[in-house]
Amino acid sequence: MVLVIAFLIGGILTGYLIRNHRRLIVVASRLTDGAIFLLLFFLGLSVGMNQQVVSSFSSIGLQSFLITLLAVLGSVLVTFLFHHLFFRKR
Amino acid sequence: MKNTLVILLFFAAGLLAGIFSLFPESLSGEQMTLYVLYLLLFLVGIGVGANKDTLKLLRSVNLRIFLIPLSVIIGTFLGTMVYSWFDETLTLRECWAVGSGFGYYSLSSVLIKEIAGESLGVIALLSNIIREIITLLLAPVLSRLFGHFAPISAGGATSMDTTLPIITRSTGTEYAAVSVFSGLVLTLLVPFLVPLIL
Repeated sequence: MVLVIAFLIGGILTGYLIRNHRRLIVVASRLTDGAIFLLLFFLGLSVGMNQQVVSSFSSIGLQSFLITLLAVLGSVLVTFLFHHLFFRKR
Repeated sequence: MKNTLVILLFFAAGLLAGIFSLFPESLSGEQMTLYVLYLLLFLVGIGVGANKDTLKLLRSVNLRIFLIPLSVIIGTFLGTMVYSWFDETLTLRECWAVGSGFGYYSLSSVLIKEIAGESLGVIALLSNIIREIITLLLAPVLSRLFGHFAPISAGGATSMDTTLPIITRSTGTEYAAVSVFSGLVLTLLVPFLVPLIL
């Protein structure tokens, strides 16, 4: 958690320092895309390597998927409502 | 849409590699995820620091920023409540407890396992991993359909780290501050909410 914040702040400071170097910022944004793909690969890897999760996937996978789908749907809809009630452009 | 497919492909490739042990045990997925995450956060930080609109947005949002995590809590509780009406094997409290991980699967699944047992712990683990995956896959679509706060909302506690890059990509780096704030509030609430509900 501390490291998470540290890396983020380190990046923000770096970004602020190079804010006028268009080309460097473009490179950073390209690298971000690559790192997202890599992150997903490793997330898949850690899920796939977890025997407990893989073996129980068929029995409670659907249950977990549906409860999460409704949780996400509820969140997005209430946020959408709040967005329109409290953040509307004047 | 093309990017969503690419992301899904990478995830599927990792999943298969993990199931069939194509990678040495020493190269644990969790460790690597963490290192890539640090790299990602640094890169996202660069995008935020270089964006001149970040401060402008934060200043215009002020105290209303608390409404974002609040709406995530209310929405998650409503959604999981609806689910509990259709699933007789889980009680309302159990559904709320699973939901109040907000995607923070490592902590919430351990907490729930300690309090309510192994099987609900595994559901919490799966469900909260799925919340992260849904957000990673659908962030661009959600942003287009329901506005710029939608992927932040879907991400829950993960909007401060793992889903932050995809959120800023689909909404703009000026939303990074709101995203981190919302994720941080929800992350801090997880260890309090889960025991309180069960």
